[in-house]
Amino acid sequence: MDKGVKRILKLTGYLFLILLAGIVITLVYGSAASIRKFGLGFIWGKEWNPVSGHFGALPFIVGTLITSFLALLISFPFSMAISLFLGEYFKKGLIAKIIESATDLLAGIPSVVYGFWGLMVFVPVMRKIEMKFGILPYGVGILTASLILSIMIIPYTSSLVTEVLKLVPSDLKEAAYGLGATRFEVIKKVILPYTKSGILAGLFLALGRALGETMAVTMVIGNRNAIPHSLFAPGNTMASVIANEFTEATENLYLSSLIEIGLLLFVITVIVNYIGNKIIKRYSV
Amino acid sequence: MKDRVLEVKDFSAGFGDKTVVKNVSMEIYKNRVTSIMGPSGCGKTTFIRCMNRLHELNEQAFHKGEILLDGENIFKKNPIEVRKKIGMVFQRPNPFPTMSIYDNVIAGYTLNGIKLSKEEKDKIVEDSLKKAYLWEEVKDSLHRRGTFLSGGQQQRLCIARALAVKPEIILLDEATSALDPKATAKIEELIVDLKQYVTIVMVTHNISQAARVSDYIAFLYLGELVEYDKADTILTTPKDERTEEYLTGKFS
Repeated sequence: MDKGVKRILKLTGYLFLILLAGIVITLVYGSAASIRKFGLGFIWGKEWNPVSGHFGALPFIVGTLITSFLALLISFPFSMAISLFLGEYFKKGLIAKIIESATDLLAGIPSVVYGFWGLMVFVPVMRKIEMKFGILPYGVGILTASLILSIMIIPYTSSLVTEVLKLVPSDLKEAAYGLGATRFEVIKKVILPYTKSGILAGLFLALGRALGETMAVTMVIGNRNAIPHSLFAPGNTMASVIANEFTEATENLYLSSLIEIGLLLFVITVIVNYIGNKIIKRYSV
Repeated sequence: MKDRVLEVKDFSAGFGDKTVVKNVSMEIYKNRVTSIMGPSGCGKTTFIRCMNRLHELNEQAFHKGEILLDGENIFKKNPIEVRKKIGMVFQRPNPFPTMSIYDNVIAGYTLNGIKLSKEEKDKIVEDSLKKAYLWEEVKDSLHRRGTFLSGGQQQRLCIARALAVKPEIILLDEATSALDPKATAKIEELIVDLKQYVTIVMVTHNISQAARVSDYIAFLYLGELVEYDKADTILTTPKDERTEEYLTGKFS
């Protein structure tokens, strides 16, 4: 019995390895044509022109990195506030319960609903703001996408950080309280230093999610295949260009270039996770 | 005659609907070591955690009655101020793992946002570590994290940390129960020496420890203060038979 279970678990493990290898091989094989034609230049090629057959991934790489990091930056204060509220200030009680389930619910909303909401509610608001500042009122664009993304990743960071905050030994908090520290001082000088690696882990989890987020971003980013010149300009991300153009890509090279973007996205995500793990290990107490 | 620092008046405390400390009245004398002794679950720890208002960090905690520090009711004061005057050393050594030894000692100042010059800090650190019998052992590794120290050293570091803010009273909550006999002996020796600077109130369920270090002993049983007197009197001629039974090991 025990042996059988062990065997099945082992098999499942191997199966996932094979799956992963399969994905990598498919991506590399699929992008072979594009790799042969453009080489490394594909990564910093600024032009994406299916008509003339020129393909470069830089606009999408830039779009992806800007929207993801911006979203991380915007969401961070809010996720920290929610975590501290739930983990330190109001651990129990109705309000805490409601807020906790609300943030969990945020994570469960399908991405397309976010996109739809963004399109119907957020974009008109952005348009008004842009008009006020005298900017071309697209409504859609890098900033809009980042804002939607930031809302989407809040639950990821906040739930992990809340858990990490609960792991701080009450011993340490009491030691600080016992020395006459206020709650805010305890948070600032004891809890945050103790949990910084966990908080970083939460941030990287959220970044990984933001990098690959497709549907909501595709709907509000404007889908313009050029390096955005401002935060209000429309742009495109790696994930959204694939989603948007895959069905139109009839030519071999076009399709292959899209697959290569997929490969690059995969590589970037792996690198982010790797760096994340490194940082977490280095800072762990 | 003797200086009273702390005066407990008709004091009760507990959690939710459970009263753990029942109607205790007693006085704590300046520069003396007072032990609160009694079987597990008798409310010792809850009682001394009330003295610097750590008890109320628990959401279900309640208390009734007064504790006067130099004549002022601590429950009418800001808890932050109370805790600066009445420090605490806990059962398990708990130096801040993210801070160096040096930073741990002056944590009471940095946590409260008090800025000190380098000389002042150096002096406080050296003084406090010397008072806590730790200076010689750590003076060359002040800027390393305190986590590599042994349990006994960590506990002495916690004592130094409590001493650094110059409190009037230090509460020791079974401060040696997680330590080996040698480390315990060192801390007991330290406690006796420390009373020249501070008043010490300690909780212990170790009778011989109470006998070795205390000037006064309070015997708490099921939340009630059964007997409180000079250590010799309690240990040699207890008036209450429950005290005698406890001392002779009939229950623990």
